Amino acid sequence: MDEQLGTIKVKLRNISKSFYSRKEVFEAVDNISIDVYENEFLVLLGPGQCGKTVLLNMISGLESPTEGTVQFTDNNATDVGFVFQKTAVFPWKTVMENVELPLELKKEDKTERRKRAQYLIDLVGLNGFENSLPKQLSGGMKQRVGIARAYANNPQVLLMDEPFGALDAQTRYQMEEEVLRIWEQEKRTVIFVTNNIEEAVYLADRVIVLSSCPAKVKEIYNIKLQRPRDYVNQDFLRLREAIEKNTDLAL
Amino acid sequence: MGNQDEKTTSKVANSILIETAARKRERKQLLIISLVCIFLFFGIWEIAVRLNWIDGKYLCAPSAVIKTFMTKLSDPKPDGAVLGIHIITSLKLVLIGYIAAIIIGVPLGLLMGYYHTFDKLVSPIFEIIRPIPPIAWIPLSIIWLGVGTAAKCFIIFLAAFVPCVINSYTGVKLTPPVLVNVAKTCGATRWEIFSTVCVHYAMPLTFTGIQVSLGNAWSTLVASELVSATAGLGYMIQQGRSLVRPDIILVGMLTIGILGAIFTTLLSKLENKVVKWRAKS
Ligand SMILES: Nc1ncnc2c1ncn2[C@@H]1O[C@H](COP(=O)(O)OP(=O)(O)OP(=O)(O)O)[C@@H](O)[C@H]1O
Ligand SMILES: [Mg+2]
Repeated sequence: MDEQLGTIKVKLRNISKSFYSRKEVFEAVDNISIDVYENEFLVLLGPGQCGKTVLLNMISGLESPTEGTVQFTDNNATDVGFVFQKTAVFPWKTVMENVELPLELKKEDKTERRKRAQYLIDLVGLNGFENSLPKQLSGGMKQRVGIARAYANNPQVLLMDEPFGALDAQTRYQMEEEVLRIWEQEKRTVIFVTNNIEEAVYLADRVIVLSSCPAKVKEIYNIKLQRPRDYVNQDFLRLREAIEKNTDLAL
Repeated sequence: MGNQDEKTTSKVANSILIETAARKRERKQLLIISLVCIFLFFGIWEIAVRLNWIDGKYLCAPSAVIKTFMTKLSDPKPDGAVLGIHIITSLKLVLIGYIAAIIIGVPLGLLMGYYHTFDKLVSPIFEIIRPIPPIAWIPLSIIWLGVGTAAKCFIIFLAAFVPCVINSYTGVKLTPPVLVNVAKTCGATRWEIFSTVCVHYAMPLTFTGIQVSLGNAWSTLVASELVSATAGLGYMIQQGRSLVRPDIILVGMLTIGILGAIFTTLLSKLENKVVKWRAKS
């Protein structure tokens, strides 16, 4: 099975995270070990407040684990792209400037970064909005900006933290399709967090189900359904039901 | 097909026209209401003085104020200088104190908001100075700096300084952590996070602070000129009191009011340019 999944990109080994306050210790993540394979679409599925964001923060290096290690096998490749749960666009920057930011911080040549940013803006379907300010964009469009910016980092691993949680159902379905299209076109290793089973089964190569707080690995599902997937296909529904029975999600 | 397109675009253009027309009408109505209100106010005032409801010793009519205003443009009597000199004298004090307060206060507040150690270093002193009314500094500043321009500028500076610091400080503190995290994952250094994220985020609040400072600067000006001066708008008001000339007092007050309004308008214009990204609520 392993050779099917390819080479390992990120190794999480016995990761735990606790937060200490004066009175008590709060365990958010408990002893998680995961291998993430190159170019796979990995979905972490877990109930609300179970430590999913904390886990992604540790993978990205924003927080460090209390115990355990995060290791990128490609040594000089710790660059990650992060699409945040809350819309995180800079309100004073235009769409173009937002997408350009990572390249600007890397002091890349101006015309080069324009070109790259324009390519990514076209890729996420924001063509024509380059000079718009975020206040002129809808929620879905802002998440598109976030995705384009994450790609601009030229990341080895793309982390997406419930990027569509705040969108209405219609937009959400559309964005799920888009994300797959973008991923097919610009292959990356994706770690996608969600609390929505349907979304997980629709997107993932592999679904890792997390328990409620503290987060532990509860079960791993390989999703072998053909893409594009159909939400009402028999196999899809069966898989969905199986996962549903096996989660702590309160739905 | 093409015909239909034309129709819809002309419909859109039409609706824009209708809306702007409606907006224009509304703006006109509001303007008329404002003007009527001003005329009523001054009309009643004028009548009240003319019919001797109010003693001329206490208050003079608006027409008299305008007359005095006109003569003061060229006549240095009775307070020793023409209006232009008073204005220039005061303007110089306010501008020096105010601009110095912005140049020092805003960066100080921004840095305090971002660097914890710097914050802990400066905050205690700042918190003690903050509640002291600027006027209470007058005696000390006279001892230190004499009765000249420097002392007055110093007091105005102190008055304008505090809101500049507090607002830019708060603005940085309120920067959403997620925006900082974005910059971090894009590889920003600490300084880059400060300069590309926090400073921008703090701008709207900083401008509010700068506006508040302006009011403080003008009100402290009058107090500082009461102490010792040979010219200036505050001095002029003070002379008006000694000479029992309410018209002179009112000319001085009015001039400060107009100058303040001009400054506020200019600042708002600048603010709208700098923070045009802010979503209108
Ligand atoms: N810096 C912190 N200090 C203390 N507690 C924290 C900190 N960060 C997160 N937590 C706690 O850890 C728990 C998990 O948080 P996390 O944000 O990872 O949940 P989540 O799975 O992403 O939830 P959601 O689905 O709502 O996004 C929460 O109960 C939260 O209060
Ligand atoms: Mg979360």
